[in-house]
Amino acid sequence: MKNFFSEKTVLSIPPLIYLIALFLVPTILMVVIAFREPGSYGGVAPLIEHVNNTTRINLTLDSFKFAMTSHFIWQLFWRSVGFSLLSTFCCLIIGYPLAMLIAKSKKNYREFLLLLVIIPFWSCFLIRIYAWMIILGPQSGFTHMINYIVNVLGYPPVNLLYSSAAVVICMIYINLPFMVLPLYANLEKHDEALIEASRDLGATNFQAFLKVTIPLSMPGILAGSALVFIPCIGMFVVPELVGNNCSLMIGNLIKQQFLQTMNWPLGSVTSIIMSLSVLGITLLFVCFAVRFGGLKYANK
Amino acid sequence: MAILEIQNVSKSFEDNLVVNNISINIEQGEFFTLLGPSGCGKTTLLRMIAGFTNPDSGKIFLDGKNITNLPPEERPLHTIFQSFALFPHLTVFDNVAFPLKMAKWNKIKLVSQVEELLEDVQLTKFAKRYPHELSGGQKQRVAIARSLVDRPKLLLLDEPLSALDARLREHMHVELVKLQEETGVTFVYVTHDQQEALALSSRMAVLNFGEIEQLDTPQAVYAKPKTYFAADFLGKCNLLPAEVRAITNKTLTLKVSDILEFDLDIEEVGEIKVGGKGWYAIRPEKIKANRNMPTEVEDIFTAKATTKSYYYYGDATLYEFTLANGTKLQAMLSNLRATQPNFFDNEQEVIVSFDPQAGNFLVE
Amino acid sequence: MQINKVSKKVFLGGLVGYVFLYVPLIILVLYSFNDSRVNVGWVGFTLKWYKVLFSDKELINAAINSLTIAIIASVASVILGTLAGVALHKYKIPLLSVLIMIPVAAPELLVGIALLLFFLLINFTLGITSIILAHTAFCVSFVAIAVRSRMHGMDDSLIDAARDLGASPFKAFFLVLIPTILPGVIAGGLMAFTLSIDDFVITFFTAGVGSTTLPLAIYSMLKMGVTPEVNAVSTMIIIVTLILTTIATRLSPQLFK
Repeated sequence: MKNFFSEKTVLSIPPLIYLIALFLVPTILMVVIAFREPGSYGGVAPLIEHVNNTTRINLTLDSFKFAMTSHFIWQLFWRSVGFSLLSTFCCLIIGYPLAMLIAKSKKNYREFLLLLVIIPFWSCFLIRIYAWMIILGPQSGFTHMINYIVNVLGYPPVNLLYSSAAVVICMIYINLPFMVLPLYANLEKHDEALIEASRDLGATNFQAFLKVTIPLSMPGILAGSALVFIPCIGMFVVPELVGNNCSLMIGNLIKQQFLQTMNWPLGSVTSIIMSLSVLGITLLFVCFAVRFGGLKYANK
Repeated sequence: MAILEIQNVSKSFEDNLVVNNISINIEQGEFFTLLGPSGCGKTTLLRMIAGFTNPDSGKIFLDGKNITNLPPEERPLHTIFQSFALFPHLTVFDNVAFPLKMAKWNKIKLVSQVEELLEDVQLTKFAKRYPHELSGGQKQRVAIARSLVDRPKLLLLDEPLSALDARLREHMHVELVKLQEETGVTFVYVTHDQQEALALSSRMAVLNFGEIEQLDTPQAVYAKPKTYFAADFLGKCNLLPAEVRAITNKTLTLKVSDILEFDLDIEEVGEIKVGGKGWYAIRPEKIKANRNMPTEVEDIFTAKATTKSYYYYGDATLYEFTLANGTKLQAMLSNLRATQPNFFDNEQEVIVSFDPQAGNFLVE
Repeated sequence: MQINKVSKKVFLGGLVGYVFLYVPLIILVLYSFNDSRVNVGWVGFTLKWYKVLFSDKELINAAINSLTIAIIASVASVILGTLAGVALHKYKIPLLSVLIMIPVAAPELLVGIALLLFFLLINFTLGITSIILAHTAFCVSFVAIAVRSRMHGMDDSLIDAARDLGASPFKAFFLVLIPTILPGVIAGGLMAFTLSIDDFVITFFTAGVGSTTLPLAIYSMLKMGVTPEVNAVSTMIIIVTLILTTIATRLSPQLFK
């Protein structure tokens, strides 16, 4: 009896029970739903049905078959992957110099500089989307400027808001801190002596950067990329607010299936597809990380 | 009666037998040291005495009471941790008062007892400070005061000086011995530093791979090591292969390194047989060297040797000599003259001499 | 460590990054003081949008809901999260580690749907309570991670010392462990509070009809018709975030991972 109330159990049982109930059970449920028949009024059909004196168990792979062969779903999927990869790449381009600036600054400034990155990060992301809705709006100064250039080049005026471009820009804006922080955490640990040694051995600044800094920062790059990619894939609010019909993402479909069309089995299947792709990409990143010197991830 | 009895205690961690059937009796008032390299089981043994781990088998008795499975807070002994483990959110006073608070002492008695201990360790003026405001040595003293404030029967010290710098450590050696003598509390001390063990202990146990290699007074362990490990671990030692040629009463005739032959008196023949092989252990400082034959040769064994190399340590120089058949012999000679680092140059021929009784025979 | 003179290129690149981060927000904040219905062109300084904001009963109600939910959820998640963080630091519990990582590693959409399914499964009517339960669930993870990282820097022998000096496991936990990791616990709590106040996706799936939080209200405003009142509300949120974040980073500098 004493062993049951060991410190380990007393500490871990309350959170375990809570999280198993709210996370694990529904996740298992979601996987099970994927194999169920859709109900006539939404949701799922009963598992066991009595029809015409025979008992029937309503399990099917129809939803899977449909999802696998649906052109529409795959279009959404690849579009989501594409947007997310593009956003991740842009976050890297913008975020790397930022992280580097903070890492190379004097220690006293660093806390402040990091705080500057974190404050937008902790504000509700709807606000950040709204900020770009203003900038990309049809009457904003920015849009006028862009359209002026477009006009000069001889093209018809463009609508910046309600487009794929707006979706990608917002995704970049929202997730940028996710790239900066892990990159900073990595760059901060770099030993100055390594750069000095490479310069001593004949490398120019740029070569040192390419051959020393970038490889050493790979774990940070991969961690940041994973942390940006995963939320991007699941986005539905951004396409809803600033996108159009051609920029819908897989998140929108899942939301629609669970809340509007109420085709839960299909929604579950789509969710499973999304989860697997997230898992797959993360594993890819982890494999890359391990390849670069067996470095362990703080993320997992 | 022994104040601490450890009976046949064993402990494994995941297939690793860390403590192997150890039995030790420690008397009241001793300064007892567990000495050994990392991984030898000394810390695990200490933690079993303290109650942070329970032995897989065996029993532990404190003052006659079986404490083997008691939780730490119910054992009337305290531990001084390597990191001092001072509570960072409490003042020095509150740290020292902690055990008295747990035992629900009357407030007035508590205050006077804590003040007394603070005076003993000369930290009265620091009573209101917090641990992060103290130096290493001061933290050490708070830890000691805290562990002695409720007059425990036994004090366990887990490498308490390893976090201090060398000079402070030496100063603390003196302090610890004084403290132990004044309070009369039995100390069980764990360290991997053999000099510390030799300097502080009234008795010590040399541990290796969970077993006791030798348990005795420091002088006995150092001068008459009983195992190869004990000889090799405590400072430098010449370990020369030896064979027993004859046994007469309590005297062995040894052939050492195939070229030296002399008699050695021993306390107990035990399992030593004629023809048995083992080691002859003799410490470098017991060996003398001269250019010429020493004048007094009674009970002294001598041999010709060549100097191979030397290392200057300031107070002494360690020489490596080789005997006629190539056997290496280390000798530590004090530097009586300050002006030169060495008496002998390399390749110089010398006569080495020693009293065979200064060494010991170890069975293989 | 050598103090390196930041090279011009890095400085400029970093500056561009900061400009990119802040210009949109600055524009948003500025327009909250703009005397115009549209977020275009500066007309004049005014506080009227803030007056509208503070007399918008529905929005105030949503804000109060958000606050209530955040307070309850932070307290609950601090309790559960501290237990989890301590447990994970000391012991190997694979199931708990994985469950803790779900809100951190998975897209919010899936977490939200999972929580919705939970409530449907037990026939629980969606409302403020369901939001509180949902927020607690995902905040536990962040508190646990903050607590666990704080325990990394803690001297493990402190608990042993407390037990050694006569404290029962209970007393050692409350008199020694908690005070020592308190900054981590508070930082986790502040993080939970901020996450809860800001949360949209999970709240979206677990809110019932008639129970609105601030982000949900902002969302409908964004969808239906934008006035600078949204700017005003956004500015207020930014200021509150600023204050909370500054406090949190003071308490636990290791918060950044």
